[in-house]
Amino acid sequence: MTDTAIAAPRRFSDNDALVAKRYRAERRFKLYGIAAIAVTAIFLVLLFADILARGLPAFFESRIDLSVKVDQAAIDPQNSKDPKVIRTGDFDTPVRDSFRALFPEVTSRADRKKLLGLLSSGAADDFRKMVMGNPGLIGQDAKVPVLLSDDADQYMKGRQTGVERIKPIDGLTIKQNGENYTLSVVSPESVGFKIGDIVRANGGALRISGPVETDKEIPAETVTAPKSLDPVASGAWDIVRFTVPESSRRIDDQEALWLEQLKEQGVAENGIAWRFFSSGDSREPELAGIRGALMGSILTLLVTLFLCLPIGVAAAIYLEEFAPKNRLTQLIEVNINNLAAVPSIVFGLLGLAMFLNFFGLPRSAPLVGGLVLALLVLPTIIIAARAALRAVPPSIKEAALGVGASHQQAIFHHVLPLAMPGIMTGTIIGMAHALGETAPLLMIGMVAFIVDVPAGFTDAAAVLPIQIYLWSDLPEIAFQSKTAGAIIVLLVFLFVMNAAAILLRKRFERRW
Amino acid sequence: MDAMIKTPVAENAPRIAREKPLKIKARNVDVYYGEKHAIKDLSIDIPDSAVSAFIGPSGCGKSTFLRSINRMNDTIPSCRVTGRIEIDNRDIYDKNLDVVQLRARIGMVFQKPNPFPKSIYENVAYGPKIHGLARNKTDLEEVVVTSLKKAGLFEEVKDRLDHPGTGLSGGQQQRLCIARAIAVNPQVILMDEPCSALDPIATARIEELIDELRQNFCIVIVTHSMQQAARVSQLTAFFHLGNLVEVGDTDDIFTSPKDKRTQDYITGRFG
Repeated sequence: MTDTAIAAPRRFSDNDALVAKRYRAERRFKLYGIAAIAVTAIFLVLLFADILARGLPAFFESRIDLSVKVDQAAIDPQNSKDPKVIRTGDFDTPVRDSFRALFPEVTSRADRKKLLGLLSSGAADDFRKMVMGNPGLIGQDAKVPVLLSDDADQYMKGRQTGVERIKPIDGLTIKQNGENYTLSVVSPESVGFKIGDIVRANGGALRISGPVETDKEIPAETVTAPKSLDPVASGAWDIVRFTVPESSRRIDDQEALWLEQLKEQGVAENGIAWRFFSSGDSREPELAGIRGALMGSILTLLVTLFLCLPIGVAAAIYLEEFAPKNRLTQLIEVNINNLAAVPSIVFGLLGLAMFLNFFGLPRSAPLVGGLVLALLVLPTIIIAARAALRAVPPSIKEAALGVGASHQQAIFHHVLPLAMPGIMTGTIIGMAHALGETAPLLMIGMVAFIVDVPAGFTDAAAVLPIQIYLWSDLPEIAFQSKTAGAIIVLLVFLFVMNAAAILLRKRFERRW
Repeated sequence: MDAMIKTPVAENAPRIAREKPLKIKARNVDVYYGEKHAIKDLSIDIPDSAVSAFIGPSGCGKSTFLRSINRMNDTIPSCRVTGRIEIDNRDIYDKNLDVVQLRARIGMVFQKPNPFPKSIYENVAYGPKIHGLARNKTDLEEVVVTSLKKAGLFEEVKDRLDHPGTGLSGGQQQRLCIARAIAVNPQVILMDEPCSALDPIATARIEELIDELRQNFCIVIVTHSMQQAARVSQLTAFFHLGNLVEVGDTDDIFTSPKDKRTQDYITGRFG
């Protein structure tokens, strides 16, 4: 080998090629890396964009500002000013009456019922709360924000159909033809009627039902019967065109027209839905909130944290520093690693058998959820804590032993503080894992429909991921955005936890 | 308790061992790491108020023996020590002896400076604090200042005692470690190649310091540098392959070694 190296002088052209090849390889590798990061970033951006686009509407709600007479007779006839009396007052009727007053043309029983269907069933409760909070309103006129139903809300947010409004310049003639009507204008081409368009004229609304032919009258059917058949002047009528056909949406043409009317009257508003954060679950999407699930998650995680951190750190310190190295400790180590890989639902089964059936702890409670998640997270924390302890340079421990510190003093005064940032990171990762865990909690009954916000560790509760799971399963469209909204809250919760971890870690590191 | 080792100060024992009282006595010490026989049948007398140097090629067992003197080897699970080591005529491997107390009496300085990642003050104060050597804060402060002065570091750091010890230079860190070791007022100071990570100027300062400390402490130093051993020590022990080959007054070892291996080593033929 050496002979040839000395004998044959190096050819520089070859070396150049080699160097160029090396540089090419490096450039290629960099490109791969950038491509990998780009792909990840794209997926991440897509994910977040999708969740935000779906979830953000959940943080807003559609209301209408109604002027309601707070009737003394209906609410507090004896003027007792007693909250108990006020609570039992009739708040439903005043809200309904003033809502109906916005639509004087709606007279038939069926239509009036349909009209009231646009209001949320919780509207009267909001009104009641408002009056309870300010009894001075009784006997006066109050501006009451009245919540719309979930379908109406979806329509107002433009998630049911798009709406086009056309104001033709032609005049319009309406003729009645039995049940139906026919319409005629001077130049139908310039107006551009389409089947399904709704013509609003003379206080009525007619849907174009037949073929639109230039020289013929256009057949139309009733949505709301017009008050008269007088010829309509140019500018006094308009066409409303919904981009989604009636059969494919939850709001029919008539309801949509009423809602359009509300928009035109300027009483509809889109406000921040504080109730999303302040109320528990509900069967009505517009009333459902995540407070219960959020509290459930917090309580559950508290139980998990207070169990896991001391037990996990104590176990890690013992195994890493004190335990004799023998078959038994080896077996324990292997099994801790195995436990970290056990499917989470198994822990749920264990929790069901142990905590619920054997110890008789309450079903669906954050206490039990916390216990189960603690079992799940413990191996992760022990492994992370052991790695952190191992990463502390042994010279520090030796230095402490060298000045005559006991083994325990050396660990608690020197090794543990240095390992603390690593332990915290591991714990936070474990907690984040626990926060997103769903399967084991299903087994211990945390999957129930729970309206009340849990106040204690033994109250029935849901947690955020389970709330998401429950909502995602419901048929109402509004729950889809609630689902995404809850996911946003879960992610924010996670970010806050991670930020806290980073802050704590900085704090600990600054001490040195 | 076993009978203590009778001091057979032989005619041919090193002069320094005859002049000074003996601090550490080892008889028939064997150290095993699992299967590995790291030290074979070692017997040595180490005098007080003097510097004893252990020299020898890497892996010859000199550090192992040093760590047996303050039982630092206990932390290695596979390590086993047989034979007898006495300090002040007490068997340090006695079951009734508290190893923490023992280490408080034997300071140790390591190869790589290893200050605690805390302030300079806390580094020195830690030992006295855990041993209850100071009655109050003023007392503790005095101990810290005295120790830093003895280690020749005080003048350089007196304005920044609250700064992290890890922010000092290598030589300063090592002197901080020496200050930390002498703060608990030990009788013996073990130094495991204390200058191997330092530059020549820092090394010279440490050597000066060792020379000063010799008045009050029994110092045992492991070193790779024969010049260092010649400069600072009064007694030199040469280790080779786990055997203690030769012990003698430093002057004698470096001028007229009795063993062929010692001669080869100090003349640079191996190691």
